[in-house]
Amino acid sequence: MSGRVAIAVTVNGTTHRREVEPRLLLSDFLRHELGLTGTHVGCEHGVCGACTIRLDGAPVRSCLIFAVQADGRAIATVEGLAPAPGRLSVLQQAFQDAHGLQCGYCTPGILMTISAFLEDNPEPTEEEVRHALSGTLCRCTGYQHIVDAVLLAARRLQGG
Amino acid sequence: MRAAAAAPPRAEAPRRAPRRPHRLRQSAAHEEPRVKPAPFAWHAPDSVEAALALKAAHGEEARFLAGGQSLVPAMNFRVAQPAVLLDLNRVPGLDAIEAAADGSLRIGAMARAARLEHDAAARRSHPILAEALHEVAHPQIRNRGTLGGNLSHADPASEMPAVMLALDARFLLRSARGQRELPAADFFLGPLTTALGPDEMLAEMRLPPLPPRSGSAFLEVARRRGDYAMMGVAAVVTLDAEGRCAAARIACCSAGPTPMAAPRAAASLLGTRLGEAEIAAAAALLREEVDPMGSVHASPDYQRHLAGVVAARALRLAKARAA
Amino acid sequence: METRHIGRPVTRNEDPRLLTGRALFVDDVSLPGMLHAAVLRSPHAHAEIRSLDAAAARARAGVVAVVTAEDLGEFWKPGPLLVPPPPIAGMTFRQRCQVPLARGIVRHVGEPVALVVAESRYIAEDALADIAVDYAPLPAVGDLEAALAPDAPRVHADLPDNIAAEVRQAKGDYAAARARAAHLVRRRFRYDRGASIPMETRGIVAAWDAKADRLTVWDTTQAPVVIRNGLAAMLGLSEGQVRVIAPFIGGGFGPKMMMFYPEEMLVPWIALRLARPVKWIEDRLEHFFATTHERGQIHEAELALDAEGRILGVRDEFLMDTGAYDPYGLTVPLNSQCTLLNCYDIPAYESRFRAVFTNRTLVSPYRGAGRQHGIFVIERLLDAAARELGLDRVEIRRRNLIPPGRFPYRNEIIFQDFAPLTYDSGNYAPILDKALAAIGYHRFLAEEQPRARAEGRHLGIGVVCYVEGTGIGPYEGAKVRVQASGKVTLATGIGTQGQGHYTAFAQVVAEQLGVEARDVEVTTGDTDQFDWGVGTFASRGAVVAGAAAHEAAKAVRAKVLKAAAEHFECAEEDLVLGNGKVSIAGVPERAIALGELARLANPLRGAVKPGTEPGLEATRYFGPEMGATAAGVHAMVLEMDAETLRPSILRYVVVHDCGTVLNPLILAGQIHGGVAQGIGNAFFERLAWAEDGQLLNASLADYLLPTALDVPRMELDHTVTPSPLNPLGTKGAGEGGAIPVGALFAQAIEDALDLPARGIEITEIPLSPCRLWEIAQGHG
Repeated sequence: MSGRVAIAVTVNGTTHRREVEPRLLLSDFLRHELGLTGTHVGCEHGVCGACTIRLDGAPVRSCLIFAVQADGRAIATVEGLAPAPGRLSVLQQAFQDAHGLQCGYCTPGILMTISAFLEDNPEPTEEEVRHALSGTLCRCTGYQHIVDAVLLAARRLQGG
Repeated sequence: MRAAAAAPPRAEAPRRAPRRPHRLRQSAAHEEPRVKPAPFAWHAPDSVEAALALKAAHGEEARFLAGGQSLVPAMNFRVAQPAVLLDLNRVPGLDAIEAAADGSLRIGAMARAARLEHDAAARRSHPILAEALHEVAHPQIRNRGTLGGNLSHADPASEMPAVMLALDARFLLRSARGQRELPAADFFLGPLTTALGPDEMLAEMRLPPLPPRSGSAFLEVARRRGDYAMMGVAAVVTLDAEGRCAAARIACCSAGPTPMAAPRAAASLLGTRLGEAEIAAAAALLREEVDPMGSVHASPDYQRHLAGVVAARALRLAKARAA
Repeated sequence: METRHIGRPVTRNEDPRLLTGRALFVDDVSLPGMLHAAVLRSPHAHAEIRSLDAAAARARAGVVAVVTAEDLGEFWKPGPLLVPPPPIAGMTFRQRCQVPLARGIVRHVGEPVALVVAESRYIAEDALADIAVDYAPLPAVGDLEAALAPDAPRVHADLPDNIAAEVRQAKGDYAAARARAAHLVRRRFRYDRGASIPMETRGIVAAWDAKADRLTVWDTTQAPVVIRNGLAAMLGLSEGQVRVIAPFIGGGFGPKMMMFYPEEMLVPWIALRLARPVKWIEDRLEHFFATTHERGQIHEAELALDAEGRILGVRDEFLMDTGAYDPYGLTVPLNSQCTLLNCYDIPAYESRFRAVFTNRTLVSPYRGAGRQHGIFVIERLLDAAARELGLDRVEIRRRNLIPPGRFPYRNEIIFQDFAPLTYDSGNYAPILDKALAAIGYHRFLAEEQPRARAEGRHLGIGVVCYVEGTGIGPYEGAKVRVQASGKVTLATGIGTQGQGHYTAFAQVVAEQLGVEARDVEVTTGDTDQFDWGVGTFASRGAVVAGAAAHEAAKAVRAKVLKAAAEHFECAEEDLVLGNGKVSIAGVPERAIALGELARLANPLRGAVKPGTEPGLEATRYFGPEMGATAAGVHAMVLEMDAETLRPSILRYVVVHDCGTVLNPLILAGQIHGGVAQGIGNAFFERLAWAEDGQLLNASLADYLLPTALDVPRMELDHTVTPSPLNPLGTKGAGEGGAIPVGALFAQAIEDALDLPARGIEITEIPLSPCRLWEIAQGHG
C-alpha cells in the first residue's frame, strides 16, 4: 500500500496516533507531524547523528527509519530528558556547566546517545567517552567541553 | 561519474536483471540532488513465508528492508527507488544466534550487528566477529543494522563480507521455491552485486567451528574510526601441536570489487611457524593477490601498500592468539 | 580593572532552551498553510539551457507553483555586490554576481535553474524529476592554472579571460631587499580549503501577512539587518514592512554571511505572490553545491633573509579560486595577502594576486577567510629558511617577531576593511615562551625525540605563530533598557551562530548595571528589535557589538545614577549599584530597585523634562577606526605510523592573546572549535572534484569532518595585551584556532618523518595518509 498507514507511536510516554505515508521518515514525523522539533536533521544519510533518538531504549538515527516502522514502539527524544519544565536533568545541567554546546544543533543527538551510554558505562574513561561520541558530529566545540560535560555528568550521577 | 555497477557473470547465478547499485558513497553528485525518498508501497509481513511470497510476486521491483542503514540513505538520496519495500523487522525467527556444541555458529540474517557483537556464545566461538563488528560504523548504526543486510548490500569496502570469507561461511538463501546453500565466496559477485536471485532472501549465515589452537584477527586502516576501511584484513590461522601452521585463511575488504581472499598468501604459511620472514613473504604475496579499485581517500597503489602492512599485523596478532 | 562579570566563566543564558530542544531554528518554524520549496539544480558545470519544460511538474498533484527565470520578470537581476573592491591603485576587479535562477546558461554544478513549491518537500522533490531541461554542455574549467590558459573555457563569455581581479600591493622596496639578501628561499605552495559544513544547513521561511502588510522572513543568516534592507529594496517594500529573524543558527562559520543566495531572493518573492508561507530548507547534498566554499590558492613565494635569518623582505604571487561569481569581492585574497606578514617585522613586501573564475561553487569567507593561506606561506618559508641556515625553527621566528615597543605597527598595505593594515597592540615573545614551556619544546628535541627514534617511533613537533585581524568595522549598535520588572534587555542587530552572544554581551551589560548576567535578556538577529548593524563575521562580534553594548550600558548606568541621586537627594558619587539595586554607599537600607527606578522614570503623571527621555534606556553605536590584531602560537607533538602514514596527536597547545577576555569558558570553546576545523582542513577535508565539475564526495560519508577521536584534548593558555581601539580592550577570537593548523601539521609531520633529510618538504594542504605516503615516496 503506498496509501496512508495508521500508526501509533509512543514518544516520551505519550502515544500519538496518525496516518502517514510509508516514505515519511521518522525524523520528519517527530519534527513536523508531532511538532517535536528538538530532534534535528543534519544530513539524512545516517552520518552526523543529529537526529539520534532512542528506540526502545537503543540510540538510532531517526533519519534512517520510516515512521511506519515505529508503529507500536516507544521512542525517547530530547524533549523527554528534563525532569520538569524549567529544570534540567543531571546530564543537561552538566552540559551547561561545562559549556558542552555552542550552537546547540548537534546537542540533542549527543544527549540521547550519551544518556544511553552512561546507563551502560557509568564510570567511563575519557577515551571511552570519545569513542561513544565518535558517531555524532559537532562542528562548533571541538568536542573537548562535550567530553568534560559527559565526565562531569558521570561523576554527578555516581554521587560525586 | 556514477558508481561502478559491473557484475562479473557467474555460471551458477540465476538469471536476473542487473541491479541498479544503490551505493551512496563516492558516487558523483546526482543529476538532481534530492534528499527525501521516492514513494513506495510498503509491506510488513509477519512471517518468512509471507515475505518470500511477496518477493516472488514483485521480483526485482521489491527490496527487503532489514536494518535500513545502507538502504535508507540510498533511498533518501534517490539513488535507490524500489517500488516496493518488504519490511522484515516484524518477521519472527530470522534473528537467531545459535552456537552448537561443536563450536559452529548459525546467525539469522536479521540479527542486529550490536546484538551479535555482544553475544557471549559468538564471542567465544568466533571472536573475530566482534572484533570486526566493532569497526563497522558506530553503535547507533549497529543498533539497527543487521548482518544479513550488510552482507546483501555487498559493498566491497564492508568489513563483514571479508570476515565471512575468512571464516569459510556458508550462506542459506531462501525463496518461495525452496532454499539453497552457497559458500560465501560464491555469494559476492561484484560491487553491490550478489548471487541473490530476484525472488531470494539471504536467511542465515553458517560458520563452521574453528579448530583448537586457532587464532584470528581483524584489522583495518580507515580515515576515521567507523569509516569504511581503506584496507581491512581478516586472518584466521590454526596451529598444530608443534606450533606450525596447519590452516590459514586470509580475506580483505576494500581490496577489489568483492571481498578478496588471498589463498596464495595463506598457503605460503602452511607448515611454517609464522615467523617474521614468513609473514613478510605472505604479505608480499597478498599484495599481488588483491586488486584494489582506489577511492576518494586512497589510491590503488596506497591500498596495495596498506594491504601488505595490515596483513602482516593481522597475521602477527592471529598467531599470538593461536598460541 | 576589577570586574564582577567581565572575565568570569559564566555559564550560558541560552543553554536551557538549547538543551531541552526548545530553541527555535529555521526549520522549526511551522505556519498554517505553509508550502515547501525545492530547487532544481544544474547537473553540469557549464552548459547552455536550450529549453525547459515544467508543464508536467506544474500538473503534479500537490504542486502549487514552478518558477523559472522567465517567470521572475523584472525581479530577475544579479544579486548585489556585497563587498566592493578595495581602494588600491592599479587594481582590476570584474563584478559578476549570482542570479536568482539561471537564464540561458549555468556556470557551476548546483546552480539553481527552477524552484518548485508544493504541499510537502517530498512532493516538491518528486516534481523536480518532472521538469525537463535540455542542456547543451559546454567545456568547463575547474583547475586554477588551467583557467588561466589562453584557450581556457571562459566562465563569463563577455569577459576576455577568467581573471576576476588583479591586485598588487607593496611595502618598502623588495627589489633592494632581495639584492642585499644573504639568502633567498623560494617555494611553491598549494593551500586548499573546503566547505564549512555547519551541522545546520541553510534555510528560509517567508510569510506575507496581507492584513498587517508585512513580510516576515526567518533566515539562517549571519546578517539579518542587511538581508532585511536588501529584501525590502528588491521587493519594492519599505524597510518597516519587512522583518527578518535570524533565530538560533546551527553554526555559520562564514558562508551564512554570504547574502542574497538565490534562495534568499526567490523564497520571499514567491511567498508574496502565493500569499502563503513558503519554506525552503537546504538538504545536505545541496549544501555541498549551493552554499559557498573557500577553496584553493597557489602561491609562488620568495623570502629574502640576511645571514642571521632576519627577514629583509617577502615576495608572493598567487592565484585564488573565486568560483563562478564574485559577490563577496576580494575579502579572502586580501586577508591572505595581509596575513602573510604575520607577527614578523618585515620591512619590504611585494604581493600580487589574481582571483580567477572557475566553473565551481562561489567562494566566500569561511572561518579564517584566507588568513590560513598567508600563514602557511610565511611559516613554511621560515621553516625552510631555518633549515637552510642551520637555525632552530623557533629561533628564526623569535628573531623576526615585531618587538613590543613598535606598536601600533604599520604594515601599510590595505586590509579587508579598506584601512591600512596596522597592528594596534601586541607582545609576541611571551606567547611563544608560554607555548614552548607548555609543549616542552627543548626537552622534546633533546630527549624525547631521540629516545623515540631509538625505539623506532616517529615523533615530531610543530610550533607556528599567527596573527588574526579581528574586530573590524564598520559598526554595530546596541540598545539597553531597564524594565519595570527589574530585568534588563539588550537588543543588537548582530546575529549569532552559537558563540555565546546571549551571555557575553549580558556580562558586559551586567558589569555596568550591577545585575546578574542571568538577568540580562539579549535579543539578537531580529530586525523588529534592532535594525541597524552589519553581521557576525570576521571575529568582530565581541569587539564591536560588545563595545556598543558597553557604551549603551554605560549610558543607562549614568541615567540610573542621575535618577537615583535625585530620588535620594544625594550626590551620584555616594551611590553604588549591585544586586539589581542602587543604594547609598555604606547605608544599604537606603536602596531602590532598578525596576522601581525605571517605573519612576516613565511616569503616568508629571513630565519628562526637555532634553531627557523617558525610562532607563540608551542606544549606542560603536565603529572602530580599524581592526584589532590578535595573535597566538600553536604547538603540537604527534607520532606518525611510518607504515600507514597515519598521525596520532599526542599533545596540542594553544597560547592566544585576544586582549581582554569577556568569558574564558566561551573563549576556550571558540579556540577548541577553531582548532577542530583546522584539523579538518589540514588532514581530513578535501573536496574531490571529477573532471566534469561534479563532486565525488558530496556527502558526510566521504567529506570527512573530524570526530571526537580525531581532535585531541588541547591545553590552552593566554596572555592579555589589550586593544587600545575599544573601551573594553577586547580583540576577536573566533577564527584564531583554525588559522595556523595547516602549517603546524606540515612542520610536525616533516619533523616526525625527517622528510627534509631526504630532500622532501610538505608544501600543500590538505594532507591525508595516502597523500603523505605519496609525498614520502618522493612522488610529491
